[in-house]
Amino acid sequence: MDQYSARRYIVTALVLLVVLVYLIRLLYLQVIDSTYKLSAENNSKRIEILYPSRGLMYDRKGQLLVYNQAAYDLMIAPYELKEFDTIELCQILNIDKESLITGIKKAYNPKHRRDPFLKQISPETFALLKEKLYKYSGFYLRSRTLRKYNREIGSHLLGYVGEVSEEMIGNNPYYEMGDYIGISGLEKAYETQLRGEKGMNYFLVDVHNKIKGPYQNGRFDKDAVVGKNVVCTIDADLQEYGEKLMKNYSGSIVAIEPSTGEILTLISTPSYNPSLLVGRPRTLNYNKLKNDTLEPLFNRAIMARYPPGSIFKLVNALVALQEKDVTYNTQYYCDMGYYARGIKVACHNHDSPLNLPQAIQHSCNAYFCNVFRSIMEDRDFKSVAEAFNNWRDHVLTFGFGNRLNTDLPNELNGFIPQASYYDRYYGQNHWNALTILSMAIGQGELLITPVQMANMACVMANRGYYYIPHTVKQIQELDTIDSKFLEKHFTSIDTGFFNTVIEGMELAVNGGAGSTARIARISDIIVCGKTGTAENPHGEDHSVFIAFAPKDNPKIALSVYVEHGKWGASYAAPIASLMIEKYLTGEISNSRKWIENRMLNDNLLNKK
Amino acid sequence: MTRRTNILLNADWLTIIIYLVFVLFGWMNIFAANYNEQYKNIFDLNQRYGMQLIWILASFVLAVFVFVIDSKFYSFFANLLYGITILFLIFVILVGREVHGARSWVSIGGFNLQPSEFAKFTTGLVIAKYLTTIDVKISRLKSILVLFGFIMLPAVLIILQPDVGSAMIYFAFILVLFREGLPGMVLLLAAAISILFLSTLMYPKIFIIITLIILAAIIFYFLNKKAKYLFWGIIIFLIAYIGFFLLNKYNYFNSTTLVRILLTLVVSSAVYVIFAIRRSIQHVLLILLFLFVLIGFIFSVDYVFHQVLQPHQQTRVNILLGKESDPLGYGYNVNQSKIAIGSGGFTGKGFLNGTQTKFDFVPEQSTDFIFCTIGEEWGFWGAGLVILLFGGLLVRLIYLAERQRSAFSRIYGYGVFSILFFHFIINIGMTIGLLPVIGIPLPFFSYGGSSLLGFTLLLFIFIKLDASRLSVLR
Ligand SMILES: [Zn+2]
Repeated sequence: MDQYSARRYIVTALVLLVVLVYLIRLLYLQVIDSTYKLSAENNSKRIEILYPSRGLMYDRKGQLLVYNQAAYDLMIAPYELKEFDTIELCQILNIDKESLITGIKKAYNPKHRRDPFLKQISPETFALLKEKLYKYSGFYLRSRTLRKYNREIGSHLLGYVGEVSEEMIGNNPYYEMGDYIGISGLEKAYETQLRGEKGMNYFLVDVHNKIKGPYQNGRFDKDAVVGKNVVCTIDADLQEYGEKLMKNYSGSIVAIEPSTGEILTLISTPSYNPSLLVGRPRTLNYNKLKNDTLEPLFNRAIMARYPPGSIFKLVNALVALQEKDVTYNTQYYCDMGYYARGIKVACHNHDSPLNLPQAIQHSCNAYFCNVFRSIMEDRDFKSVAEAFNNWRDHVLTFGFGNRLNTDLPNELNGFIPQASYYDRYYGQNHWNALTILSMAIGQGELLITPVQMANMACVMANRGYYYIPHTVKQIQELDTIDSKFLEKHFTSIDTGFFNTVIEGMELAVNGGAGSTARIARISDIIVCGKTGTAENPHGEDHSVFIAFAPKDNPKIALSVYVEHGKWGASYAAPIASLMIEKYLTGEISNSRKWIENRMLNDNLLNKK
Repeated sequence: MTRRTNILLNADWLTIIIYLVFVLFGWMNIFAANYNEQYKNIFDLNQRYGMQLIWILASFVLAVFVFVIDSKFYSFFANLLYGITILFLIFVILVGREVHGARSWVSIGGFNLQPSEFAKFTTGLVIAKYLTTIDVKISRLKSILVLFGFIMLPAVLIILQPDVGSAMIYFAFILVLFREGLPGMVLLLAAAISILFLSTLMYPKIFIIITLIILAAIIFYFLNKKAKYLFWGIIIFLIAYIGFFLLNKYNYFNSTTLVRILLTLVVSSAVYVIFAIRRSIQHVLLILLFLFVLIGFIFSVDYVFHQVLQPHQQTRVNILLGKESDPLGYGYNVNQSKIAIGSGGFTGKGFLNGTQTKFDFVPEQSTDFIFCTIGEEWGFWGAGLVILLFGGLLVRLIYLAERQRSAFSRIYGYGVFSILFFHFIINIGMTIGLLPVIGIPLPFFSYGGSSLLGFTLLLFIFIKLDASRLSVLR
């Protein structure tokens, strides 16, 4: 027809090309790539999260320890922002325009539809903002609860709550950015019970985030479940008293009810006010505490691995009795110390010879060096190493060397070496009882945590068994606590042998002149105890004391560890006795007030 | 048999059926896009879908009207119709109603109309009329200039509204001219200029200009095959550049690198032209002419982009080119559009079950982004079918145009095809994220009286011309 009519094919080819390209693109968008489907879900569905209030905490007598206070976060949904009066908003929030803009810019994250813009705004700001919020499309208020404390006690025990980290979110899908989670102490241990369950309301929303109605008629909606209240085993009054006594010392008190394993007090000093780690100033305060050289964040009660010192003589005595290496009446001489093959372990001036209870009363080093040798050189065993491992097996049954598995997070294990440890160090058969003699008096490689020492006091009190120490007595709506806390753990020592050792512990406190722990004596109450002085190569020795009382039907067993307190009798024993008296009688008798005053007024923290 | 039935029998019913399917399916989707619990009645005149029904009925009346009028009317009054729409376009700039920052509406008898929608078919008519005038040949420069004038006049007036998107559609007529004999080089050149256009927006000017100079040198070498000539050219260029460089360094004549390169090019070109004339070297003038034209083009694109385009249009282009990331701003529209279409999957969510379009996540979901509703609720098979049907309609229009005895009908047919093709490319390309967001409607689907009436006129005039093709004398 005309010379260019063939060009129709070029034009037709263009059409077909475009159709083909668009079909492929459409296939890709709609069928192959699934990312857009997910985005669509998030686009039109708004989840309103209902935050339950966190469970409350009570002490064993029902006193409220931890409760909640309402707080609000100002949330920002950057994709819903509209123009607004920045000056007014800055005034309400008391921020400058620059931080407003950087805050908004920061929120632009395709992964998060909403981000906290300003956390835990003050009640005044909240009141102001609530009325004006309608002007600021894209800003929301989210209600949260903050922890409040009735008394400034138990910071290590109770722990604190903070925002979940990215890592925690990765491990547990329950949590979302900005959620709170227990980070330490009971808050962490009982997180699932305390937090309750978040509720959710699903809405269909339009692009202006206007709610168009419930999503699928509320089929997926869920009410929030309020967190369960927790009754702790702690005696708040005793805890407070103990913290008062310890405030000038670095160390720990752990007191346990022996008949149940319930922890009555758990003190680690230096401590901090639990309110410091709540709300907006938490990060700032946390960093301050973290950098404090006194390590107030370090929970010594369950994490400090100390040499036990002379309190360990009790364990050695029990093992020797069980292995028939000594008896009640076995006597050893002491001439101001123990001497053998060039080794000297010094002792102090006391009567000689002594039997076993008397040796405990005077804490005779020579006696217990002999006891330890008799254990290690027992003819029943082919080698020292074998005897040593047998000894170790006994020792482990007291709860040493491994975590006790209390309900407190971050508990450490302590250390009881194996024979192979010395084989590696000295070579097989190249070591003997004398090589490791320092363990006879609780030194050397032995490391024990304060809670393990308190547990040992329980073993003594119970004449041979313990319950795993724990801090929770009851959880709301639950019949029972974890069954592992209701189970008796027996040591490998026959009950009868404990009477010998307890007689020594009774004498140590109540045996009159020459008794190492006379200062812990309380009239009308028979306290059984044992002092310890843990050698410290880095400074003044540590003061250690374990005790239980009364002797019959004991109500309290405890360990006190005062760093750099020198003798067991100088700080640990008096503090322990005050704790016992306070717990059993409710007050300190006038005759013993001077001890209380001395403990309250002395100060080892500033010495060092 | 009367002449009337003859016309109806001869009408291309395939095209009419596709038209009806589009219009009614479009209406359903406008209903779906605006549907909510409160307004369930598709005939509710207070809602867009109710209004669209009125426009559809009006379009049918208009289509019948087009059929009743004698086919010679359109060729006879082409110039007059064109003139009237031009007057309306001028009128609208002066006293039009401003909507979304553009003066593009006039009120006629209570209805608001956009003259730019009607200028498309009158421009198609006037091109067809002019090209069939004796003495007009597309090979003649004068004819081409007149044709470009016809096309540019409404385009420029629409840019002044300002509505750049609608103006861009007038580029479609280059396809008509191509079919009628415009050299293929021009089409290639148009493609090359498009690439240059995009590069200008994406890269620094100096980089593009240097690339162009190097390209010119390479082409020059391949045309002459003499390294000696190229060598001298490079030497002259370098000497001139060093001169300007030193002038700048010693503060005799301060200049930026871009200015230095341009001045160097001008000076060295002048010197080389004299050299070339003496040695009678071929192709120098032509290549230099092209080079300067293209550099001029770069600067005018730059000017248009920064001075003529609205800031939001600049942003849209920048986002598409990957120069800006702005999830809330204009990238948001494209993203939401892709989400809506993508969420439809293969089978779609079902009629009225779309969540993305229904809840306003997609902007302009019943006008420019109507394809999202189709994609979301009808899935790949529905949206794919629409694309196939559009392809079918376009190919059918080519076929119809080619079977015309009269050149006027053929050229107008190609005009109809080109306009619809460009709308199809730009609108759907935009919703599926392949092209920038340019706010133009999807023919027959999008909500809007002017566009529906305009497209109906555009299409039915051609159907009428086609139906009466046998009565036209050769
Ligand atoms: Zn001694």
